[in-house]
Amino acid sequence: MEETKDYSHIKGWGIDIDPENEPTYPIKKYTGDDHAQSRWERPSLQPIDVEVLHSNERPNVSAVFGNTLPPKGLSGAIRRFAFRYSENRYRHWLPLILADRIDMVEGLIEDLRRGHVPNILAEKGYKAEWKYNQRGVIKKAVAAAAVAAYLVLLLKRGRK
Amino acid sequence: MLAMNYRGPFRVRIDEKPYPEILHPEDAIIRVTRSCICGSDLHLYHGLVPDTRVGSTFGHEFIGIVEEVGPEVTEIQVGDQVLVPFNIACGKCAFCKQELYGNCHESNPEATAVGGIFGYSHTAGGFDGGQAEYVRVPYANVGPTRIPPEMDPDDAVLLADVVPTAYQAAEMGGIKKGDTVVIFGAGPIGIMAAKCAWLFGAGRVIVIDHLEYRLEFVKSYAQCEAYNFRSMEDPVLFIKKTTDWFGADVCIDAVGGDAAGNALQTITGRKTLLQAGSATALHWAINAVKKGGIVSIVGVYGPTDNLVPIGNVVNKGITIRANQASVKRVLPKLIDHVLAGRLDPKGIITHRLPLEEISDAYRMFSAKLDDCIKTVLIPPKATM
Ligand SMILES: NC(=O)c1ccc[n+]([C@@H]2O[C@H](COP(=O)([O-])OP(=O)(O)OC[C@H]3O[C@@H](n4cnc5c(N)ncnc54)[C@H](O)[C@@H]3O)[C@@H](O)[C@H]2O)c1
Ligand SMILES: [Zn+2]
Ligand SMILES: [Zn+2]
Repeated sequence: MEETKDYSHIKGWGIDIDPENEPTYPIKKYTGDDHAQSRWERPSLQPIDVEVLHSNERPNVSAVFGNTLPPKGLSGAIRRFAFRYSENRYRHWLPLILADRIDMVEGLIEDLRRGHVPNILAEKGYKAEWKYNQRGVIKKAVAAAAVAAYLVLLLKRGRK
Repeated sequence: MLAMNYRGPFRVRIDEKPYPEILHPEDAIIRVTRSCICGSDLHLYHGLVPDTRVGSTFGHEFIGIVEEVGPEVTEIQVGDQVLVPFNIACGKCAFCKQELYGNCHESNPEATAVGGIFGYSHTAGGFDGGQAEYVRVPYANVGPTRIPPEMDPDDAVLLADVVPTAYQAAEMGGIKKGDTVVIFGAGPIGIMAAKCAWLFGAGRVIVIDHLEYRLEFVKSYAQCEAYNFRSMEDPVLFIKKTTDWFGADVCIDAVGGDAAGNALQTITGRKTLLQAGSATALHWAINAVKKGGIVSIVGVYGPTDNLVPIGNVVNKGITIRANQASVKRVLPKLIDHVLAGRLDPKGIITHRLPLEEISDAYRMFSAKLDDCIKTVLIPPKATM
């Protein structure tokens, strides 16, 4: 990309240009394409056949994208809200984290609705934990049992 | 087909999912023959990355056989054995043209700060990943690279991410002959970065971690020094003293947001997500490097903010260099290094598990059980 604008009205313009000063090399091979900004010839575009949320820091959906999990349910509504704000805002990221937690509950409900009771201990890899860290598992189980027993005790006392 | 299915933090399982489709003329479908679990996957598994949707399939380190190609694919053919860089890159945007393949602008609608990455949440484009029997690979003319016939597939799969990332970490460190390089983290990335630092002529390579088995491993694998930060009161002071009160020439953060070692950072960064991951290692790196030194960051953090001593960066005149590795850029050189025996990636693989045991595989890598360093998952129909 050649610089075509005229800067002759600016005293000293370009006098200190040092082509050797290229600290981004070799990570970036500077070609000058940057000055054309976003005006490159785009690849073919993947047809947009599902709802794709796109960052409002860009004008369009990128030429390719993942399409298997479009936003849905309450988590989806929160995600849509989040995408009204730029990546610069907590209003973007915090709702997204909240949506992730809600998505987890929605995922559980969906599992149950499809008649699948998830084996959460298996999903968490407790088989491996038991095989390689029995002590840790026992410790955790004992701690959990102690807390449960304490709660039961509290409840009983409360009733008296 | 079988594919990993994320159900929420610490919960993953294997499920039957639909076979992927060609959605774009430059797409390919790859039958996966090996995939790995990466330290980056742990950030997802721990629930630290925003917009990680339930039902996602993770996995950005994989190799396989080309099963199907779209009409515009010319560079690879059905039947080719390929390794697939973890970055999804178009090859046409201003960033790709300048070899910033990790920063492509045509592969991720959801965030402009990150290029598309396989199986890495919607914040990285919402693509399904390779911890599955089959995977859709966009821009198949750009990323997938034929595996040289004489290369071991176990080496090839580590060229999708680990070796390029570690190499770029050392490269960004701008290592000069004789430099003292301190690497935080003795995971696969830190271990390989220690190896690569020597290729750039480092004079002394020091690795810091708190897992004794990994320190023992890296000491012999990378012929370097290795120290446990739990055994020192203050790792920065330790590094100052061991460099004649000077500081390291180069510090590399190969830990990222799951760092241990500082209670305040852990609580705010990992437990409550008040910051974008725990920045303990980065904090140490900034404070342990010499004035005018270079801090190279490949450890991954979330998109919000982190607690780091930025005032010291200014006062010490530190140069910070960081990026997602540009795998395609460094691949030719690294294939050479591997074939010439200068790098031995498969040497870090400690576990091979069938894809079906994904829940246990994640647990083992996350909880560092059974001295786990690197896990390879093998799908049931893998032939090579
Ligand atoms: N930039 C990229 O392109 C890129 C690519 C791959 C991986 N990564 C990132 O690199 C990092 C390392 O990946 P990995 O696969 O080696 O992960 P890993 O989890 O196996 O390794 C991290 C290591 O850091 C150690 N550690 C924790 N706190 C520490 C501290 N305060 N000081 C020193 N060491 C500490 C852990 O004990 C562990 O051994 C991750 O953040 C990952 O996301 C980046
Ligand atoms: Zn990785
Ligand atoms: Zn691009």
